[in-house]
Amino acid sequence: MSLPQQLINNRKITTHESKVVTLVLITVALSYLVLFLGIPLFAVFYEALGKGWSLYWAALQDPDAWSAIELTLIAAAIAVPANLVFGVAAAWAIAKFEFRGKSVLITLIDLPFAVSPVVSGLIYVLLFGAQGWFGPWLQEHDLKLIFAVPGIVLVTIFVTFPFIARELIPLMQAQGKDEEEAAVSLGASGWQTFWRVTVPNIKWGLLYGVILCNARAMGEFGAVSVVSGHIRGMTNTIPLHVEILYNEYNFVAAFSVASLLALLALVTLLAKSIVEFKAKSNGDRLPHGETE
Amino acid sequence: MAQFKAHSVLPGFNLALGFTLLYLSLIVLIPLSSLFFKTATLGWSGFWEVATDERVLASLRVTFVASFAAATLNAIFGLVVAWVLVRYSFPGKRLVDALVDLPFALPTAVAGITLAMLYAPNGWIGHYFAEHDIKIAYTPLGIVVALTFIGLPFVVRTVQPVLADVEAEVEEAAASLGASRWDVFRRVIFPSIYPALLTGFALAFARSIGEYGSIIFIAGNMPFISEIAPLLIVAKLEQYDYAGATAIALIMLIISFALLLAINGLQWWSNRREIR
Repeated sequence: MSLPQQLINNRKITTHESKVVTLVLITVALSYLVLFLGIPLFAVFYEALGKGWSLYWAALQDPDAWSAIELTLIAAAIAVPANLVFGVAAAWAIAKFEFRGKSVLITLIDLPFAVSPVVSGLIYVLLFGAQGWFGPWLQEHDLKLIFAVPGIVLVTIFVTFPFIARELIPLMQAQGKDEEEAAVSLGASGWQTFWRVTVPNIKWGLLYGVILCNARAMGEFGAVSVVSGHIRGMTNTIPLHVEILYNEYNFVAAFSVASLLALLALVTLLAKSIVEFKAKSNGDRLPHGETE
Repeated sequence: MAQFKAHSVLPGFNLALGFTLLYLSLIVLIPLSSLFFKTATLGWSGFWEVATDERVLASLRVTFVASFAAATLNAIFGLVVAWVLVRYSFPGKRLVDALVDLPFALPTAVAGITLAMLYAPNGWIGHYFAEHDIKIAYTPLGIVVALTFIGLPFVVRTVQPVLADVEAEVEEAAASLGASRWDVFRRVIFPSIYPALLTGFALAFARSIGEYGSIIFIAGNMPFISEIAPLLIVAKLEQYDYAGATAIALIMLIISFALLLAINGLQWWSNRREIR
């Protein structure tokens, strides 16, 4: 082909779809998202508020609802910090040092994600239930973990176990250890290095993990359901309270309480977007494969 | 020990790794090991009896078929969503992009009751189907709907970054050599996003296998028809059949492990392709 001919052809190069195809694809994508995400999200609030504010408030002011909210907050207030400390420790060991069996350790940390929520609850019943390994010992000492608050806290820790660690490990691996080594060789102590060098570098990743961890901790249903025993006003979390109300055909109350969780989801998405935006605009060290 | 860890000037290795291993053992490894020990009390023949029980097999079949259908739906439409979010601009795009993660953030019980209400024969969406004698809620179709919701973000989020990385020059080169837009997609773009698409499919599938909260409200939970394996575990627990429940749990755990390995393999494969 002669050169001028090629130039003429170049003008007709199609690197974009036609307007019609573009419009069709956008319509298909948005319809799918509206059908599966938009309508359900709208429906939660519509069902909650459709019969008026007074019924909505009545459902939220019910003492059982309050004790469910309280228990959910307690479980998250223990599970999130516990997994935060673990996540930082695990990421420090894995990202800043070379040792054998590291990849096995990373796989093991991800394990709880591969376990069905129901199975997560079951394994704690097998350990601490009346017929479990520690069941007789617990009964002797008049301790109750299963069908009680400690069991709920334990399974919540289990299901949210990997969230913070798996955010931090790749982030800290990508950052490497040069800055920490520089700080130490200039005479900083271990804790000084950690607080003044590492924490400022990982703060957005840390926050990101905490947000996701908290959302799951407050919303977990299957695992908590197995160990809770469903005692109203005692061992019900918000999701379990929603289930009870729904099964009693008290739909307005069920969706009113559910709307709290839907609000939590929206706040989570908003916080997540803000953190992503901040991390990006700071040019903050998102993993960029330096060490790979 | 000298071989175990490379020398480093940084402090805190023993403390950090020690705490990590202790916490991992107490919270995850020891509790999970109880599955194996409890199942062992059944003996091999007892385990086999539970594993080949008609109702157990039926529940596993329901779980697998519905998970596969939902993951397939999400692979097709998730690819379209990822394409639209990466390649086109339209008003409200950032909002739509953030909303894709809703299934990760919305508690499963809330999704369950909402979808059950929407797809019931008299529900907003269900009544259009009821007119044509199609029931969605309280049938296996309801399970597919719930799992489609749960798995929606996976394909979008795995394909999105890979699609954004496809270099415009390659597409231009193909086009200037005379390829039509469809050819470019089929021969140039699709091969580079294919591993990510498969990874997203596998992640959605794996998540669906263990799902419980969003399904039980919409499924109808009829044994042999719309009863999923996790629900059968709960049913056995309520009858104090701990060994039976544990045997099913062990089967599910083994399946999940196999999937986890497959996903790691897929990710390794797609990373290798990216480097080349």
